[in-house]
Amino acid sequence: MRDVAIIGIGDTKFGELWDSSLRRIGIEAGIAAINDAGISGDEVDALYVGNMSAGRFIEQEHVAALIADYAGLTKNHIPATRVEASGASGALALREGYLSVASGEYDIVVIGGAEKMTDVGDEDITNIQAAAMDQEWESVFGATLPSLYAMMSRRYMHEYGATREQFTSVPVKNHANAAKNPKAQYRRAIKPETVLNATMVADPLGMFDCAPNSDGAAAVVLAPMEIAKKYTDTPVRIAGSGQASASLALHQRRDILTMDATVYAARKALKQAGRDVGDIQVAELNDNYTISEILALEDIGFVEKGKGAEFSSSGQTEIGGKIAVNTSGGLKARGNPIGATGIAQAVEIVRQLRGEAGERQVDGARIGLTHNVGGTGATAIVHILEVA
Amino acid sequence: MGSIPRFWRENPSRYNLVGVKCDNCGRVFFPPRDICPVCHRESIGKMKRLELSGKGSVYSYTLVQDAHPQFEMLKPYILAMVEMDEGVKITSQIIDVKPEDVHIGMKVEAVMRKLGAEGNSGILHYGYKFRPVKE
Ligand SMILES: [Zn+2]
Repeated sequence: MRDVAIIGIGDTKFGELWDSSLRRIGIEAGIAAINDAGISGDEVDALYVGNMSAGRFIEQEHVAALIADYAGLTKNHIPATRVEASGASGALALREGYLSVASGEYDIVVIGGAEKMTDVGDEDITNIQAAAMDQEWESVFGATLPSLYAMMSRRYMHEYGATREQFTSVPVKNHANAAKNPKAQYRRAIKPETVLNATMVADPLGMFDCAPNSDGAAAVVLAPMEIAKKYTDTPVRIAGSGQASASLALHQRRDILTMDATVYAARKALKQAGRDVGDIQVAELNDNYTISEILALEDIGFVEKGKGAEFSSSGQTEIGGKIAVNTSGGLKARGNPIGATGIAQAVEIVRQLRGEAGERQVDGARIGLTHNVGGTGATAIVHILEVA
Repeated sequence: MGSIPRFWRENPSRYNLVGVKCDNCGRVFFPPRDICPVCHRESIGKMKRLELSGKGSVYSYTLVQDAHPQFEMLKPYILAMVEMDEGVKITSQIIDVKPEDVHIGMKVEAVMRKLGAEGNSGILHYGYKFRPVKE
């Protein structure tokens, strides 16, 4: 297997982009990444697109070919592949693209992630999200995606004595970071009381414990390490890539407070990179709900099981803390256009490792991690990125 | 949510809480599976039908305020993960109790109730929900 580098990044603003179509945002991000890499369209060997549910959000399937077409990549008839793993679609597209370059099949590969969610109503979105769960044994009985995360939250509070006040540290931090990110959906800081007093979605989860519905796209360009320096002075190496699965239904898991898929994916990625979790300086974790970021801190190994809420509320995950988490604002405040999220996480880490993160820059960041989850944890994908 | 055949296919398990027990290791699974995820090959032909007692206790719960359109009429409703006496966990609603009276560890039993109606056809779906057991 060859070493692989990210040589270009691009993203759109995240939010309710009512005047932009899926193809338009997909192309905007893709072109930005191609320009950043300084490659010509003719050099692109393949395109991968992470997208969860264009068929239901905009009644359009076959979106990889569509985006290749409108990005002007069809002249050479390059392969264009759509990748789906619910919330982890973006990271899975990145991993598939990474494997295709590492294997030697392709040299220059563009990987995009895009989702256009806000063309349908909130109730439809609730139903589409639920398709990532077990329809036959969860949704049919009235379970929604937030309700399953709510049950994890309540059980976590019961087992470890954590409080909602401690949990507020996650969205409060992520909003504070997003305020420094021009591409974020919500660029305003919030107070703990805002989280505590918000309308309930499924108690103990309120509105501010849930990532928003968003439109947006992000893209990266990959090249084998041996030619990466030809294109950029600041290639970022994909040092580790791990993917794992677990049962689709939450109630089938060994422990509903451990995402085993995250444990296995993180272990594999760190081992491949030859790194210890303590080496990671900046991480984008899958905070689709507040409890998700807490569990991810524990399952990746930043802190022991049961201590995540305390760790977070003591400021250890802020910029300047022990491990800077979700400097982009995370899914909560940067926004969560589902298929784009896994790619946007990589874009943020690349910005950090290049020293281009502006006001939210983590001093001296050289090693970063991304963590993307599908459903309630049936798929998890972890990447380790390093300054080359 | 889903086609009528898809729903009816699962009826024995939804009506009678029928799971399976692996005769090789003794583990119980619900819904039924053909192969034990622990014993793999050793379990082939040894997965025996097992009707759950319907008794269990609340493992976790939530009050659902933002529901799927097909559950709009019920909301807010209590959703729970119930740990059955046989050791497996099941997700469904808790009824006949006020939300503030539900707690982790509360003893519950399964009852047959209407789960919902099928889109425009109006065909009713039935399945298990849970209610508190008088202690
Ligand atoms: Zn067995």
